[in-house]
Amino acid sequence: MKRLTYTLLFLGLAAAMLSACAGAPSVSTPTQAATASAQISTPETAATGGAPVETLTVMTHDSFAASDSVIKAFEQANHAKLVFLKSGDAGAALNKAILSKDAPLADVFYGVDNTFLSRALQAGIYEPYASPELANIPSQFKLDPQDRALPVDYGDVCINYDKAYFKEHNLPLPQSLEDLTKPEYKGLLVVENPATSSPGLAFMLATVAHFGADKFVDYWASLKQNGVVVVNGWETAYYTNFSGSSGKGPQPMVVSYASSPPAEVVYSKTPLTDSPIGTLTGNDMCFRQIEFVGILKGTKHLALAQKWVDYMLSVPFQEDMPLQMFVYPVNQNAKLPEVFVKYSQVPEKPATMSPDEIAQNRDKWIQEWTAAVLK
Amino acid sequence: MIARGRLARQRELLLWALPLLFLSVFFFYPLYSVLRVGLSGALGGLEQIDLSQVWDPLGFTIWQAILSTLLTLLVGLPAAYLFSHFEFPGKQLLRVLTTIPFLLPTVVVAAAFNSLLGPNGWINEALMGLFGLSQPPIHFLNTLGAILLAHVFYNTTIVIRMVGNAWSHLDPRLEQAARVLGAGRGRVLWDVTLPLLRPALLAAALLVFIFDFTSFGVVLLLGGPQFATLEVSIYIQALYLLNLPMAGLLSLVQLLCTLGMTVAYTRWVEGGITPVMPRSQAETARKARKSVEKLIVGLMVAFLLVLLVSPLAALAMRSVAQLEANRGERGPVQTGLTLDYYRELFINRNESWFYVPPIDAARNSLIYAGATVVISLTLGALAATALTRRSTLNRVLDPLLMLPLGTSAVTLGLGFIVAFNHPPLMLIASPVLVPLAHSLVALPFVVRSLQPALAAIPQQLRSAAAVLGASPWRVWREVDLPIVMRAVLTSATFAFTISLGEFGATSFLARPDYPTLPVAIYRFLSQPGALNYGQALAMATLLMIITGAGIIIIERLRLPGVGEF
Repeated sequence: MKRLTYTLLFLGLAAAMLSACAGAPSVSTPTQAATASAQISTPETAATGGAPVETLTVMTHDSFAASDSVIKAFEQANHAKLVFLKSGDAGAALNKAILSKDAPLADVFYGVDNTFLSRALQAGIYEPYASPELANIPSQFKLDPQDRALPVDYGDVCINYDKAYFKEHNLPLPQSLEDLTKPEYKGLLVVENPATSSPGLAFMLATVAHFGADKFVDYWASLKQNGVVVVNGWETAYYTNFSGSSGKGPQPMVVSYASSPPAEVVYSKTPLTDSPIGTLTGNDMCFRQIEFVGILKGTKHLALAQKWVDYMLSVPFQEDMPLQMFVYPVNQNAKLPEVFVKYSQVPEKPATMSPDEIAQNRDKWIQEWTAAVLK
Repeated sequence: MIARGRLARQRELLLWALPLLFLSVFFFYPLYSVLRVGLSGALGGLEQIDLSQVWDPLGFTIWQAILSTLLTLLVGLPAAYLFSHFEFPGKQLLRVLTTIPFLLPTVVVAAAFNSLLGPNGWINEALMGLFGLSQPPIHFLNTLGAILLAHVFYNTTIVIRMVGNAWSHLDPRLEQAARVLGAGRGRVLWDVTLPLLRPALLAAALLVFIFDFTSFGVVLLLGGPQFATLEVSIYIQALYLLNLPMAGLLSLVQLLCTLGMTVAYTRWVEGGITPVMPRSQAETARKARKSVEKLIVGLMVAFLLVLLVSPLAALAMRSVAQLEANRGERGPVQTGLTLDYYRELFINRNESWFYVPPIDAARNSLIYAGATVVISLTLGALAATALTRRSTLNRVLDPLLMLPLGTSAVTLGLGFIVAFNHPPLMLIASPVLVPLAHSLVALPFVVRSLQPALAAIPQQLRSAAAVLGASPWRVWREVDLPIVMRAVLTSATFAFTISLGEFGATSFLARPDYPTLPVAIYRFLSQPGALNYGQALAMATLLMIITGAGIIIIERLRLPGVGEF
């Protein structure tokens, strides 16, 4: 009896401690709390006509974002509730989709890009769907002829530069990949490791596309001679090494995105009249990344999943993406926000490569790159 | 006699039941599931396996872990002595501050070190100004030194807490007796103090070593591309090269190494525990008296402040500093303090559906942390109690408890997907998995903190209580619990901070959107822009403050009727 009393006392104390820590006495288990916050972040749409609300689960990478109003508009129009499973970076999310393909975690999977596309198609995770919205998308983006993976957005991985540095040092901007090996740019560029970073991989692919698979290593050897700095992740490159960001690092050029200049304006603390950074858009200096959405095989909500895919490709969603995810819409009817038009330079001829070629050679190229640059 | 032996074994099995069930379901089963998929050849075999891809990272992993552990002990042991033997103003605050590094996300630590030691960091700027240099004299990022320093920064608290805790219970009369008998200071330390501290020392060293051995973020972000530990290789193989067989093989190697270390630890520590009468802390800690002592205490405190607290301070400073000046157009410089980044945290500027109010992130974090404390303390107390007896069963089971710490977060995360994605354990989208995953990491800490403390209790104390008619439960409550209370609080602190700072495993679970503070920090840092950077640092500062407050509450916690040693 006594034992029981003590046990209860201990459990009671534990629970009290828990809720004291949580600062929310009414909430004492994670499940309840999670439900509570789920209600905050995914408000139930007003039930119309008493029909049950259908839930659609969308698996995405961590960078997925959308406006509140855009999500709610879909939920209301389709009498649906959307749940987003954020599943790590693009590679992690794809792995999860492949590992769970026998019992899919979600109905729709967004976030595979052209560097991973072949692997996703080969694993057979998608259900084909020829969305009527595809008619508004230029053919250069449609990389899967069977419409298993549909293009949603694209972005150009480019070199950003610190405008103030180039102005102060009276330094002309590099006009080509070749220029970067000139002595006046010695030690001024920071890039990401293609083995650990998706922009790093994209930039390496740009050099492969430009110099050819047998010559790109020589180019990197001369970049190394010219003091190129390599770090593992975009966060480190941009915030620690790049002089144009808040981190105020030592390198005035960084491999990032063509959308970084407008992002610096949108997320500046004081209103800016111009972006502090610009983009180098010379021939083949950028690599175009295209992101895809697909319906996962085995979904029990096929009709709703198709509607969601249509919605992602339609103008309202496409026009919402730029300021949420800092990517460009593929739908030709979607208009870019003014801040994008004003502050981002779009490369005239970005480098591209077929997903099959990437899939077949990625490991080999990364190994060659590693041997040339890191060893 | 035989009956009593059987009774003890039954009691042991009963104590083990729950921890073993937990480990089987949430560790071995997902691990087995993912390794089976990875190594079965279903996703392409290991045809052209290049063994240098295993040996190179393995060699570096061991090398840097040995160096890091030695350095951590070098800093941690004097600090443990300081905390266990001296009273000085601000002692409790300093103890809390030295714990905070343990939970900081690596991206944030990288930013903190950068603002101190980076090319434009305070120290380089100061040196350049002092000596009129044109180039920053200290190259910190992407060096082995950065990895080692960050490991010391992260793990010193383990030594301070675990060894310091044991040290404060040591009976000073043993050392005094040795001195009276003519032993010099060095001999007393070597022959009396160190043997008595051995269990706690080995436990702390093991934990530090495993942490360094499986280091991921520090190596990736501060060490740079020249360095790769096994864990970093697993991450690259699994998530970038999509080579699950290779990742599986590397995980297996890492796991076997952890198992080897833990078995070795169990052997070393066995028989090395000398039960001694525990003394209360008040007897061991005192104010510094002689001026030499005062000087040593002062220097040690200053050293800890520079090493462990200054990066935290740099971080907090950056979150309230004006950064817009001298960027871009180099317009009029406006330096000064600002709370803008904190204000901005509460604004959903681009009306995102995924906006996380800081209060929600803090609440999610604290609920997960609270649940982790309860789960890991309950399971850990059971296992540690079982482990106080020496038996074959314990010798086999003890190393298993440590395995989750040495397991790749990537591998285990993918294992969760494979294992918990179908009935009867359809848990994959459930938020319950988060504190369970955190508990897997916290459990080894709880066991390693509690077990040496429990084992050091002289059996006579329990026997005396039992002879006087106390039930086993009462013996536990009135003898064991008060003596190990500090160790319990230490475990709770570890579990709490592990959960609050954990990002790896959480991010590998496919989870609905209940973002924690570290998740929110990463979100800000994944987009360009001064506001994002500032908000990330502001969120990180909030994380430090909340953790500090949490640790203070835990340390003040007392169970009613339980005395304190």
